[in-house]
Amino acid sequence: MKTLLKGGRIVDPATGRDGAFDVLIEGGRIGKIGKSLPVDGADVFEMKPGWIVAPGLIDIHVHLREPGQEHKETIATGSASAVAGGFTAVACMPNTDPVNDHPGVTELILRRAADAGLARVYPIGAVSIGSKGDQMAELGAQKAAGCVAFTDDGRPVASALLMRRALEYAGMLGVPIIDHCEDPSLKGDGVAHEGFYAARLGLRGIPGVAESIMVERDIALAELTGGPYHVCHMSARQSLRAVREAKARGLTNVTCEVAPHHFVLTDESLETPIRYDTNVKMNPPLREDADRDAMLEGIADGSVDVIATDHAPHHSDEKLVEFDRAPFGIVGLETCVPLVFDRLVHPGRIGVKRAIELLSTNPAKVFRLPGGSLADGAAADITILAPDASVTIRAKDLRSKSKNTPFDGWELKGGVVATIVGGRMVYRNEGL
Amino acid sequence: MLKARHLLGIADLDAGEIGQILETAGAMVEIAKRPIKKVPTLRGRTVVNLFFEPSTRTRMSFEVAEKRLSADTLSIAVAQSSVTKGETLLDTVRNLEAMAPDMIVMRHAASGAPHLLARLCRSVIINAGDGMHEHPTQALLDAYTIREHKGRLDGLKVAIVGDLLHSRVLRSNVQLLNKMGANVWACAPKTLMPTDLPRFGVRATTSIDEAVKDADVVMMLRIQHERMHGHFIPSTREYFTLFGLTPTRVALAKPDVIIMHPGPMNRGVEIDSDVADGPYSVILEQVANGVAVRMAVLYLLAGQEAVTD
Repeated sequence: MKTLLKGGRIVDPATGRDGAFDVLIEGGRIGKIGKSLPVDGADVFEMKPGWIVAPGLIDIHVHLREPGQEHKETIATGSASAVAGGFTAVACMPNTDPVNDHPGVTELILRRAADAGLARVYPIGAVSIGSKGDQMAELGAQKAAGCVAFTDDGRPVASALLMRRALEYAGMLGVPIIDHCEDPSLKGDGVAHEGFYAARLGLRGIPGVAESIMVERDIALAELTGGPYHVCHMSARQSLRAVREAKARGLTNVTCEVAPHHFVLTDESLETPIRYDTNVKMNPPLREDADRDAMLEGIADGSVDVIATDHAPHHSDEKLVEFDRAPFGIVGLETCVPLVFDRLVHPGRIGVKRAIELLSTNPAKVFRLPGGSLADGAAADITILAPDASVTIRAKDLRSKSKNTPFDGWELKGGVVATIVGGRMVYRNEGL
Repeated sequence: MLKARHLLGIADLDAGEIGQILETAGAMVEIAKRPIKKVPTLRGRTVVNLFFEPSTRTRMSFEVAEKRLSADTLSIAVAQSSVTKGETLLDTVRNLEAMAPDMIVMRHAASGAPHLLARLCRSVIINAGDGMHEHPTQALLDAYTIREHKGRLDGLKVAIVGDLLHSRVLRSNVQLLNKMGANVWACAPKTLMPTDLPRFGVRATTSIDEAVKDADVVMMLRIQHERMHGHFIPSTREYFTLFGLTPTRVALAKPDVIIMHPGPMNRGVEIDSDVADGPYSVILEQVANGVAVRMAVLYLLAGQEAVTD
């Protein structure tokens, strides 16, 4: 079976290709890329002007909630959400119930992902047993079972000693350690960014330095050990400064990601348009203007390696409570591409090539995943994008099982046309 | 009548509405002086007092206000409610609403809890204190008390001293006093100041002497003993030394200063007994005025159909 993507603009930072080319998909792989390829019996997918053929987008930070919290999301609904958002692959966090600290859980996730047959799902294992921070999980066994990285996400690796050892051990395995950076004593029982808005609304604050203190500690340990270290969902300007300085010092083993909500929203959202909207409660919290601007700068100047969504589905019952009691997190898979185009590409902060680097090339590189490239012979994981399409976010129409998004009703420019995984079109936006 | 359906906070009131509430409270004060302290204004109306946090003063004050206006009242304290059985706030209130109350007066430990209900429920919501956010009727009764003594609010120097960080009384009072043209000074140890305090529209200081100097009004806020656990203050003894209101400090203020406290007081922690019980203290007047101010709020929120006496 052959498919010909005819007449699009290919943007593939990995191979440096950017221009009008046809793509022939053959046997689930990239068969040929060239100008005006002959149809030769292939199914033709006609591209419209302006559409972009990109290597499949990869989201390295999602919560699929299975096993244990299937009322929020399942691997099947999460994968459907992923491909609808243009992601051909996702890496899922281990804070399930039970925590993914054991090959049995990893195998279950992989089996469910294969059953769903949509996005590729790469499990991330826990650093410590139960993510309790006491005893290192069997990282070797977990890597063999299919884990691509380790983290205690949802919680920081509070012990510097455990972090040091994990970096050394994971370095030996060639797998990165991801840290959810947050000093527990400074975070306290905070629920929002420590700034003017939380102060005015009487919400307990979490200062930006609660994050950056641990980023700085981790960078020191990454320098000591040489282990691959990745800062997830970075939100504070002080953290960005620390990562930028580490990179300037030549620490190539330090990488970081930013979530769309941290470069789009600020803590002003606590007050407008809805006061105490629990759909703007996430951890790390929405920070102030200076932090949001720092994230935008870091994305533009290359300090930020990856955009990842921190897709965190929660049931509406759980969010329809007092702000203090609501769980942290929002869904992100289906709003990411429109936000990246509308807020980064169209205003001219970054080009299309850089956007694809952040969403595909670099995620693959940082986690050493297959994909992130449209090289000849590579698996045909492809995302077709319509940068100029007008999109209205409708929470109720999300494929995710949960609808907890602060972007409901937003009109944005930039959409996903189709998502192809292993040569198979697993999502097609019929509206485009 | 007020523009908003609910009283969630001073944030939602303008100076005209605040003035109107204070004027109405003036009329309500007269009722307390009658031999039969009752008018039929809210006859046939049901008001639920829903208190998720312990409260003596505010709850009693609302109950008395409701009864003087002839409303049917029902008071629910958290220990007797379904919350302890795992019911959500929204479900608790929707169940109450099935019995068709007209107004719900609510006290809750979570900032924003009444805002959630106002968005999703049918009843008129009156915020009787939400977390560290607002306590609008306290600010209104404080304003009433100040006006009674000073005849005005604008141009007065008002010093608010104490645990500013955790105080809903501070947040409501600052907004009200700013809207009415007072000059507000806020004083606390650095550890108990909200982030960006000057952006609240106050002069922030860690010197109580500076705050109290030439003040027309000194408003003391309570220091909760549990605050010592968060490393906010080393001890209540040290707090009193540095921030307690003593007769010596009162002497720095204007000769006709009034001393206020929303209660409950910690004698010897934030305020010396000689000051609390002294000639400048209007603390018990605040309590008395609370009833009139709450009657005014209930009346104004009850809408056009309320029976006028």
